[in-house]
Amino acid sequence: MHRLTILVIAFAFGVAACSGSPESSDTVTVYSGRSEELIAPLIEQYEEQSGVDVSVRYGDSAELAATILEEGDRSPASVFLAQDPASLGAVALANLFTELPQELLSSVPERFSDRDGNWVGVSGRARTVVYDTVALSANDLPTTEDGLVDPQWTGRVGIAPTNGSFLAFVAAKILLDGEAATLDWLKGMQANESPTYAKNSTIVGAVVDGQAETGLVNHYYVLRALAEDPDAAAANYFFPEASAGSLIMPSGAGILIGSDAQDAAADFIAFLLSPGAQEYFAQETFEYPLVPGIEPFGVLPPLDAIPTPDIDLSDLAPMLDLATDLVAEAGLL
Amino acid sequence: MTSPVAPAPSAHRVEGLPSAAPGDASKRGPSRRAPWWLWVAAGLVLIPITLPIAALVVRVVGASEQALSILFDARTLELLVRSTLLTALVTAAAIVVGVGAAWITVRTDLAGRSVWAVLVALPLVIPSYVIALSFLSATGPRGLVARITGAELPVLDGLAGAWLALTLSTFPYVFLIVAAALRRIDPALEDAARGLGAPPFRVFRTVTLPQLRPAIGAGALLVALYTLSDFGAVSLMRFDTFTRVIYAQYAGRLDRTPAAVLSVALIVIALVIIWREERTRGSATYFSRRPNRTATPRHLGPLGRVSTTAALSFIVIAGLILPMAVLVSWVVEGSRLDAGVPVDWAAVGGSLLGSSLAAVAAMAAAIPVVVLTVRYRSRVSGWLERSVFVAFSLPHITVAIAVVFFSVRYLGPLYQSLTVLVVVYASVFLAQATGSAKASMLQVDPAVEEASRGLGRGLWRTLRSITIPLIRPGLLAGGALVFLTTMKELPATLLLRPTGFDTLAVDIWSAANELLYAQAASSALVLLAISAVPMYLLVLRQKAGSL
Repeated sequence: MHRLTILVIAFAFGVAACSGSPESSDTVTVYSGRSEELIAPLIEQYEEQSGVDVSVRYGDSAELAATILEEGDRSPASVFLAQDPASLGAVALANLFTELPQELLSSVPERFSDRDGNWVGVSGRARTVVYDTVALSANDLPTTEDGLVDPQWTGRVGIAPTNGSFLAFVAAKILLDGEAATLDWLKGMQANESPTYAKNSTIVGAVVDGQAETGLVNHYYVLRALAEDPDAAAANYFFPEASAGSLIMPSGAGILIGSDAQDAAADFIAFLLSPGAQEYFAQETFEYPLVPGIEPFGVLPPLDAIPTPDIDLSDLAPMLDLATDLVAEAGLL
Repeated sequence: MTSPVAPAPSAHRVEGLPSAAPGDASKRGPSRRAPWWLWVAAGLVLIPITLPIAALVVRVVGASEQALSILFDARTLELLVRSTLLTALVTAAAIVVGVGAAWITVRTDLAGRSVWAVLVALPLVIPSYVIALSFLSATGPRGLVARITGAELPVLDGLAGAWLALTLSTFPYVFLIVAAALRRIDPALEDAARGLGAPPFRVFRTVTLPQLRPAIGAGALLVALYTLSDFGAVSLMRFDTFTRVIYAQYAGRLDRTPAAVLSVALIVIALVIIWREERTRGSATYFSRRPNRTATPRHLGPLGRVSTTAALSFIVIAGLILPMAVLVSWVVEGSRLDAGVPVDWAAVGGSLLGSSLAAVAAMAAAIPVVVLTVRYRSRVSGWLERSVFVAFSLPHITVAIAVVFFSVRYLGPLYQSLTVLVVVYASVFLAQATGSAKASMLQVDPAVEEASRGLGRGLWRTLRSITIPLIRPGLLAGGALVFLTTMKELPATLLLRPTGFDTLAVDIWSAANELLYAQAASSALVLLAISAVPMYLLVLRQKAGSL
C-alpha cells in the first residue's frame, strides 16, 4: 500500500514538473510546418551557436496554422515556420503575428514577404513538372498547366491533391483565373484520370521508378531524387509562361503576438536569413535562397529567370479552404 | 489504433469468471451509504472525457447551420457508406475466421490444439497499424518483395488492405469469446441431434450455431466498434473512413468546424453500437454455467486434419508470422543498405513514460470506482460503471479532438502538457483497470472490511489497510493492461502530445507515411518487444489462476 501511495504522489509531482515549465527567455518554441528531416540540422546548429533551446513542434503547415488560430494569443509558440504563404497568411489575417523588424523584412526581395510585415520568406520553392526523360522530352510538355487537361495526357500526370503546396497552387489559380476556371481545370484533371499520390515525393518516386510519366511537384523533390541516384531518368520542367503552375512559393516565418520571447524569436528568424542558413537551403535542401547574393544549386535557373504570375502572396490565405472545397468538388480527394 | 475494446470488462463476464452475483455484496454487508468523498473521487474520474465532449457538442450546436450543411453533404454520406462497408466486411470475415478457429481448437481432436489456441489469439497484441505497415511495405514497387526478388506485387492498400489488416487484428475477439462459449455449451442437444441421424454440418447449423449466437453477436459488436474507431490502419492504407477524414479535416483545413461536426457524428454512431453491445453482453452470459460434461471432440480423418491444420496455419502465417518476418527483413535490409537503422530512444522514452504514468493514474482512479460499484451497488454506481465503459469504447480521435478544443480554451498552462495526455490515457483505458480490479474485489469477503469498520476504523483507513492490499493483484494486472494499450495508442497521442514528446506509435505512423519503412519497422519491433514484458506477466498470472 505504501509503495502505491508513494508511487501516486511521485507521479503527481513528476507530471507537474514535466508540464509546468513555462518558456524561459532561453527557450524558443517553434511550430514548424517544415519536416524534421530538413530543418532539424539547421536548428541544432542554431542551438549550438546561440545557446538558446529551441523546442520544435512539427506538423503540417495548415494543421499548425489551424492550431494557432485555435490557440489565439495563448499560443505557446513564438515562431511559426511554414511551408507556404497561405498558412502564414491565415495566421496574419487573424492578427496573431507581430510586425517583424524592418531589417528582417528588407533582407529578402519585397515580393517574398507579407505586404504588412507579418511574415518574411525564408526559402523559395518553384512549382514545376517532373517528367520521365526517357519517355518524354521538354518539348512535349505544354506551356502552362492548362495544357495538361488535354485528353492526350490521360492517365499521365500525377498530382498530390491533399498536399499543402498543391492546394496553395490551386489557391493561386483561383486568384489568377477565377473560381469557375479553376474548378473546370480540376475536373479536367479528374476526367483525365490523373493518378493521385499522397505527396510530392511519392510522385517523383513514381516517375523515377517508371510508374508515372509526369507530375506536378515542387522543384527540389526532383533534385533530391537525383542526388540519391544521379542516373535517375527524371528532370524538372519549368512552364515557360507565367501561370499558377509556375508560381514561386516561399516558405516563411513570423513571430506570434502572444510570445514572451519576442527578441529570441527575432534572433532565430535572423539566423534563418543568415548566409550560413541560406547556403544550407541552397545546397542541402535544393531550395532557392531568398537573400540576394547567395547562389542557388548549380543546375537551377536563376530565380529571376522564372516567369511568375502577378499575385500578392498575402492574398492566398483567404482562398485556401475554397481550394480544398474545389478539389473535393472535382472528386480528386 | 489501440484497441478501444480490449477484452477486459466484457471477456471477464463472458468467460464466466467467478463473478459473484451482483446482489452478493449488498446482501451480506449492512447497507451503508458511501461517503461523499468517494463519490467526488469517482465523479472526478469521469470529468476528463465528459466535459470536453459536452463542450464539443455545444460548439457544433453553436455552428448548427454549417453543421447541418456538412452532415447532409453528399461526401459525408459517402463517408458513412465507406465506413459501414468496411465495418461490415471486417465483421463478417472476423466471424467466419473466429468461429472457424474456435470450433477447430475446441471441438476437434486436432493435435496441439492448445498451442494453436494461443497462436491464433496472438495477433491481438499487434496493433492494427503495424499489420497494415507490414502489408504495405511488402507490396508495391518500393516494397520488400520487389526489392528482394525483383518481382513486383500490386500494392495492397485501400479497402482490400484495410479489410485484411483489420480482420487479422480483430478476429481474435470473436475467437476468444466463441471458444469460451463452445466450451460451455451442454453437448446433450448436439448428441440428441446426431443420434437422430442429422449430418454433422446440419447439427452445427441448426443446434450449435443458434446456441452460439449471443457469443458471436457480442464478438461481432466488439469487432465493429474496433473497426469504426480504428485510425492507424485505415490512415496508412489510405482508405477514407470517418476517422481518417476527421484527421485530414483537422490537419488540412484552417476551419476546424468540419472536424468537430464529423467527430460528433462518429460519437453518435459509436454510442449506438455501444448501446447494442451492452444489451447483447447481458444475454451472452446465459450459458455461462458449467455443463455436466464436455463435448466429445470430433475425430478428424486425414483429410480433416490436413484441412484444419492448413486453415489455422494460414491464419497464423497471415496474422503473425508474415508481419513479423516483414518487419525483421526491413530492419535487416535497412542495416545492409544504410549504416544501420537507429532505435529512436526519445520515442522509447516517451512511450515508457506516458504508458507507465497512465497505468499508475488508472490504477489510482480505479479504486473509488470499484469500491462504489461493488460495495455500494446502486443505480448511480451502475451508471458510473457504464460511463467508464463508454469512455473506453469511444473512438480516440473524437476524444482527442474534444480535448484539444477544450484544453486550449479552458486549461491554460496545461494545454499541450503531459498531464493532459496522461489523464486522457488513464480515462479512456480506465475500464481495463476497473475490470481487472473488480474481479479481485468480488473475491474479498466484505466481512473482513466490516470487522475493520466494527473495530472503529473509518472507511478510508479500512480501504488503505484492508481493501487495497487485498485487491492489489487485480489492480496491478489492470495497470499492466493499461500500460499495454497506452503503448499502442496512436490518435490521441498524435493530437495531444506535448511539443517535443515522441512515442513509438507516432514514430511508426509517421515513418510509414514518409515511406521510411526500415525506420517504421525498427520502431514497431521495439514496441512489440516492450509490450511482450507486461503481456508475459499477465499470461503468467492467468496461468497461476490468481485472477
